[in-house]
Amino acid sequence: MTQISFDRPDPIDFLDIDSLLSEEEKLVRATVRDYVEKEIVPHIGDWWEEGILPQEQLAKEFGDIGLLGMHLEGYGCAGTSAMAYGLACLELEAGDSGIRSFVSVQGSLAMFPIWKFGSEEQKQIWLPRMATGEVIGCFGLTEADSGSDPSSMRTNAKRDGTDWIINGTKMWITNGSIADVAVIWAQTDGGIRGFLIPTDTPGFSAIDIKKKASLRASVTSELILDNVRVPDDFVLPGVSSMKGPLSCLNEARFGITFGAIGAARACYESALDYSIERHQFGKPIASFQLTQRKLVDMMVAVQRGTLIAVHLGRRKDDGTLTSEQVSFGKFDNVRNALEVARTARSILGANGITLEYPVIRHMANLETVYTYEGTNEIHTLVMGQAITGLNAFT
Amino acid sequence: MKVVVCIKQIPDPATPYTLEEGTNWLVRPDEQILDDGDRYGVEVGLQIAEANEGTVTLVSMGPSGNGQGVRQALAMGADKAILIEDDALRGSDALTTARALAAAIKEEGFDLIIAGTESTDGYSGVVPQMMAELLGVPALTYATKVEAGEGSVTIHRQTNAGYDVVNAALPALVAVTAGVVEPRYPTFKGIMDAKKKPVDNLSVADLGIEVTSDQTVASIAEATARTAGQKIEDEGEAHLAIVALLEERKVI
Repeated sequence: MTQISFDRPDPIDFLDIDSLLSEEEKLVRATVRDYVEKEIVPHIGDWWEEGILPQEQLAKEFGDIGLLGMHLEGYGCAGTSAMAYGLACLELEAGDSGIRSFVSVQGSLAMFPIWKFGSEEQKQIWLPRMATGEVIGCFGLTEADSGSDPSSMRTNAKRDGTDWIINGTKMWITNGSIADVAVIWAQTDGGIRGFLIPTDTPGFSAIDIKKKASLRASVTSELILDNVRVPDDFVLPGVSSMKGPLSCLNEARFGITFGAIGAARACYESALDYSIERHQFGKPIASFQLTQRKLVDMMVAVQRGTLIAVHLGRRKDDGTLTSEQVSFGKFDNVRNALEVARTARSILGANGITLEYPVIRHMANLETVYTYEGTNEIHTLVMGQAITGLNAFT
Repeated sequence: MKVVVCIKQIPDPATPYTLEEGTNWLVRPDEQILDDGDRYGVEVGLQIAEANEGTVTLVSMGPSGNGQGVRQALAMGADKAILIEDDALRGSDALTTARALAAAIKEEGFDLIIAGTESTDGYSGVVPQMMAELLGVPALTYATKVEAGEGSVTIHRQTNAGYDVVNAALPALVAVTAGVVEPRYPTFKGIMDAKKKPVDNLSVADLGIEVTSDQTVASIAEATARTAGQKIEDEGEAHLAIVALLEERKVI
């Protein structure tokens, strides 16, 4: 006979998804969760409000733990599974989407292309120092007039003897003004190429984007390349098409599939605690049917999103994950996380709009996450094309 | 320098503990974590080993389960682990535990033994001193600061008034308090390497000790619930009520 347990389930892991994780994966997660609770959560509300980030200290701490480029092999990287990387993203984003973005950009967008498409010399020069956090990287693909359609970019690189001269501007670049090296994608006569540009190269400058009402604990910049001259061995030799930047984005989107669930979990936990403590009409608001509906909807959304992420994580480690499946994860988990954040905000009532609680911060952050790394709409069209065979992009 | 750190795997304090019917022994699930208090000892051991070109060997007794707690300490950077596990040791009292640990440590060899002051599941708080006695080395206890160098160790021993500075020649045993140092996070490289580090399993027969546990748990009782605190509504005079309360308790 099947035994059914009547113990009260863990409200945070209702389906016991933990049982799908290995001991090593749980240890990685516990390390990041512990770190985030001690070093990020107590300060993040203030950082967010003031629009600051102690990036040097964080980069060093992330490097010490091994978070930067953690799923890459060699060159000072930890070489964990993709699943472990995903779980780390989840815990970081339970702290704040900006914190997870910092790690995503360094590992998936800056280190990954060097690791995947770089020369041996480029890997030796950059990766070990990027893994420790000594060197910060950024990724320049998007432009002010070239977002969802990146191949329309205007930034270009032209040959001048054995050198390259690069001109153009890049927009919405995370870590742009604090980076030591920028991975810049530019049009060339031979297709789209990636350039590793030290940010102290003459002609390279970065201006921070101010007045953000989302992802405030994160540096976002505009990069200006005005006749930036670099030698030929600053070009990534391994790729000369949109496949280069898109493969990086796939790595980062994989992390977001997990990360968004971290933000959602933090909102759900906050709302659950609040609804039990907050009394109206003489009893906890969690005892009202309308509130229970919200709590259960949030719990189910978080659990379902976690299952999707864990499934994609297993496929990535097996080498069977497709980019359309990554689109599925990014598309569904981020939109659901945003819904969870909004529902949590309604449970917290007026308190839900203050930074004393994490909810409004996550909610505002997730508006960015909804749009960056492939908008919700673009991922819809990716999957639409996958199931119909018909291209609806153009 | 050869540093041995005693650690214990305990059930996650966030989960409810259950006691075995009849013996009242703590039921130990397969999944146990590193006793939080032991992270300090591991950190002290690692710092001393790093400063003295030494090694850190972990020694632990109890059902190994899936070994997660031990691997947590290996992931922090310890070099190897010795696990003492034997059905005959179930329900061991403090002296039997000390005998088993001391026998394993003697076999391994050591310059310095680091232990926590007490475990946070059993709380007997006497195992380190017993081990020191059995091994014939000085016990430096309640350490809030530890420095070890060529041939000697110096600690600050916490007292009611402040601290005593205590020095001993090596080999010696030091029992550290929680908070003595800030324990490091396990690094991901450490986590990846922990799987490959040697873990030796020892039984009572391997240690050549006799198990004569004389202690039984006669009865257990629920801890008395804490009484609710007293709320003072501030209508402008709350400070006077608080001062009166503090005076009544002779705090001020």
